[in-house]
Amino acid sequence: MRLFHLKRTIWAVLALGVMIAFAAPQPAAAQQVPADEAALLQQLKGGPVTGRVSIPDVKSSVLIQPQGREWRETLEGPVKSFGGWLLLVTVVVLAAFLAIRGRIKIDSGPAGRTIERFNGTERFAHWLTAICFIVLGLSGLNLSFGRAVVLPIIGPEAFASLTTFGKLAHNFLSFPFVLGVLLMAILWIRHNLPNAIDITWIKQGGGLLQKGVHPPAGKFNAGQKVIFWFVVIGALTLAVSGYILMFPFYVTDIAGMQLAQLVHAVAGVVMVAIILAHIYIGSIGMEGAFDAMGSGKVDLNWAKEHHSLWVQEVRARGAGDD
Amino acid sequence: MARMKFLCDSERCIECNACVTACKNEHEVPWGINRRRVVTLNDGAKGERSISMACMHCEDAPCMAVCPVDCFYKTEEGVVLHSKDLCIGCGYCFYACPFGAPQYPQVGNFGSRGKMDKCTFCAGGPEADNTKEEYLKYGANRLAEGKLPLCAEMCSTKALLAGDGDVIAQIYKERVTRRGYGSGAWGWATAYKTGSSV
Repeated sequence: MRLFHLKRTIWAVLALGVMIAFAAPQPAAAQQVPADEAALLQQLKGGPVTGRVSIPDVKSSVLIQPQGREWRETLEGPVKSFGGWLLLVTVVVLAAFLAIRGRIKIDSGPAGRTIERFNGTERFAHWLTAICFIVLGLSGLNLSFGRAVVLPIIGPEAFASLTTFGKLAHNFLSFPFVLGVLLMAILWIRHNLPNAIDITWIKQGGGLLQKGVHPPAGKFNAGQKVIFWFVVIGALTLAVSGYILMFPFYVTDIAGMQLAQLVHAVAGVVMVAIILAHIYIGSIGMEGAFDAMGSGKVDLNWAKEHHSLWVQEVRARGAGDD
Repeated sequence: MARMKFLCDSERCIECNACVTACKNEHEVPWGINRRRVVTLNDGAKGERSISMACMHCEDAPCMAVCPVDCFYKTEEGVVLHSKDLCIGCGYCFYACPFGAPQYPQVGNFGSRGKMDKCTFCAGGPEADNTKEEYLKYGANRLAEGKLPLCAEMCSTKALLAGDGDVIAQIYKERVTRRGYGSGAWGWATAYKTGSSV
């Protein structure tokens, strides 16, 4: 009799347990997310659900990687709007600067005599990097914004061909680009170490905002040093993240590649904005500036105004004057 | 118009991999590419279950959203297809896809992945239905012939269901009711933002 009771109790407990265990998925289904899947996803905290596969491809053992959605939302949302706005603001600020300040002239007028600023090796390193960067930047922007901007204009077939070519160029030009940056880093790093003169230069706004103000500077002023370090560190960031993407699954899993892509996109657009400002001041923004990287020889008065300490240094060595 | 979906009943899947083989054979999928795969969770342990997974043809497909050349399109039946003529093999759809559906013929080869390949729900591609060109690029177009995907059609335990989302969800619901338990339709919450309840 007691045994019978015990049996019934056990059955009742078991039935209750079963009810609890299997009742769970059904009310959860009403909440539109299957309980098991929801529980597992929650347990993994949004990480991938991985199992075992019998095909010889370990990567395919990831059943679900929900972070793909986060990557998409981050790229399509904050990253693209940040990039778009940054470029727009940069262009507007540069245009406004040109409108208000105008082209920065050589205050004392051209001297007619020149001084060698960059030798052949330096110009080679600069233009190697510059040409690669222009192609890399444009193909990168095309990959991010081309679908919205270029595709409606030229149509899907032409846009796909253009983007295929851009992707190939982007991949292969990365190598000479990195080489160019390395060369520049080796050639110019000793001129780009921050020093006390930079503080004065920054305090005076580099003389950018007022006519006739020319704070002293060596071979590179504080502004150029900032560009230099942005280029070196930016290129390093772009190279590391880019090569991770170029060699999928060699160094990292899919989560690492998603992160690398976001880092690459943000670093890329920041570099494009900075280089836009660099191109502006090196061409239309300042009289006499382009010669430095063009012929390599700058007007003596330009050099005295913008790089006074460097001129003294060159003259002390008894070189440079033509 | 029916909204096509896949549903894998993990209580029934016995990891025979027939769906994988059927898919490879039907579409003559190249070596190294698996449009469908069977993943076993908790292998050899308590709660082991196998799930057959391929492109889920999502409601708001992440691949379509991120593709830089906009090569994806959705059919009236909700099947997500793409054009291999437009694809540049950048890999973005692979980063975005929650199910690892996009496959590349040359993964790991200097960023030149080749044209992406994925499950088409046996619905071919942009080329004219059941032409040689369509077959070479995307495989068979069974939907145009009035047939459903072969993986599900020949599943021996009928674990894998393919077809009108409402119909297969109803079949699954009836099964759950009859046997008293179910473990949910894998991937539905992610792909369709809904569970298997109709």
